Amino acid sequence: MSTRFTKDHEWIRVEGEEGVMGITAYAAEQLGDVVFVELPEVGKTVSQGDELAVVESVKAASEVYAPVSGEVVAVNEALEGEPAKVNESPDAEGWFVKIKLSDKSQLDAMMDEAAYAEHTK
Amino acid sequence: MTETLKRTPLYDLHVELGAKMVPFAGYEMPVQYDGVMGEHNHTREAAGLFDVSHMGQARLIGDESALEKLITADLAALKPGEQKYTLLLNSEGGIKDDLMVSRPDDEGLFLVVNAACKRSDFDYILEAVKGVAELVELDGRALLALQGPQAGAVMAEICPDAAKLVFMQAGWFEIDGLRLMISRSGYTGEDGFEISVANAHASDFARKLLSDERVKPIGLGARDSLRLEAGLCLYGHDMDETTSPIEAALTWAVAKSRRERADFPGAERILKDIADKPAKKRVGIALKDRAPAREGTEIAVNGEVVGVVTSGGFGPTVGAPIAMGFVAKDYAAPGTQIDLMVRGKARPAEVVKTPFAPHRFYRG
Repeated sequence: MSTRFTKDHEWIRVEGEEGVMGITAYAAEQLGDVVFVELPEVGKTVSQGDELAVVESVKAASEVYAPVSGEVVAVNEALEGEPAKVNESPDAEGWFVKIKLSDKSQLDAMMDEAAYAEHTK
Repeated sequence: MTETLKRTPLYDLHVELGAKMVPFAGYEMPVQYDGVMGEHNHTREAAGLFDVSHMGQARLIGDESALEKLITADLAALKPGEQKYTLLLNSEGGIKDDLMVSRPDDEGLFLVVNAACKRSDFDYILEAVKGVAELVELDGRALLALQGPQAGAVMAEICPDAAKLVFMQAGWFEIDGLRLMISRSGYTGEDGFEISVANAHASDFARKLLSDERVKPIGLGARDSLRLEAGLCLYGHDMDETTSPIEAALTWAVAKSRRERADFPGAERILKDIADKPAKKRVGIALKDRAPAREGTEIAVNGEVVGVVTSGGFGPTVGAPIAMGFVAKDYAAPGTQIDLMVRGKARPAEVVKTPFAPHRFYRG
């Protein structure tokens, strides 16, 4: 399964029933140095577009939205000690949340890599 | 409603240097170049160059007593070559603005006021000094701030005489045939200078400063984190027309002689605040976990709201989130444990003395 993107600059990579998500390199670059990430509780149920996390840079707080509906099954606890991972490795080590998807068809309407690249031009 | 944003004489230079430009106080200003954290740290470690040309500059020539009646400084005690931080008050003793007043020569005062307040400040002063003094707005001058531990060494190479100034001194200097008003001051907590230069030469002069490898351009983002770590108030956030100087913990800016004379606007309220302690006071706040608390965050003790954060963010030099805010007087003592209600969650914090990062002014 390839990576899908939202217009709000979240990415999600789905394997089986679960997806791992974070913010894109473009978003991380726009935010600047990330100093704190507020992650949801494991077990929380979210709908697509709900506020899922908050990412704080030196200057401002920005909301991160759930790219899909589902249940939070894991959060990246490493970000607590090293929020800078979001800048260093936004699409791998800087992941935010793992979600068990409740409706995989939501992915169909999301952008693929080429469309997202066009979106951020 | 779209208002046309003004540009400073350094606009083209900012764009050339890759700045991200944002609207601020009616101007298009650089918020960052390479990144807020790096720019902040560079200013603390070497020297940063800030464009503060959006601020209002003016000369006041003539009888100074009419201006003195609106501010908290003792102008008779301001000797040639000296600068003071002072407060412009409204009739209730609330702060209309904070400003720098200096006497760089024997021709009168040199004022530097905040960008967002300058029209209102100058109108207020013009009305008060009508017939006794002349207020000359210096729209033709840009203002640069060179800040950081290397600022003195950088200045020594281009103008050795200006490098001899000590903190809160000011005067006119000549560099490359340009007449510059230079003061040893700034708003970062570091040693440094503020340099008033004619618009036509501002960009070339900035380039000259930037040609020194110790100097890097710094945007408004780092300017804000630097001043917050220095425990300095941002007008419109940490104080406004409703705030008395005493509530804002700026009692030191109300000259002793002026307190004795009680001849400034709102003197009754301000002197009462000094005597009885105001009902609320600005304090520094150290957060115990990693979540920054932004402006507007409620401050609580045992679930009861006792105040509000007026400036908050991450302090790169401190390495932790920091804030300033107003709390009811019973909670203003350093060491008081408080909670900051960040997105509905109580985050533990403590009232602390400011500055968060030690001031490193050059006092000779």
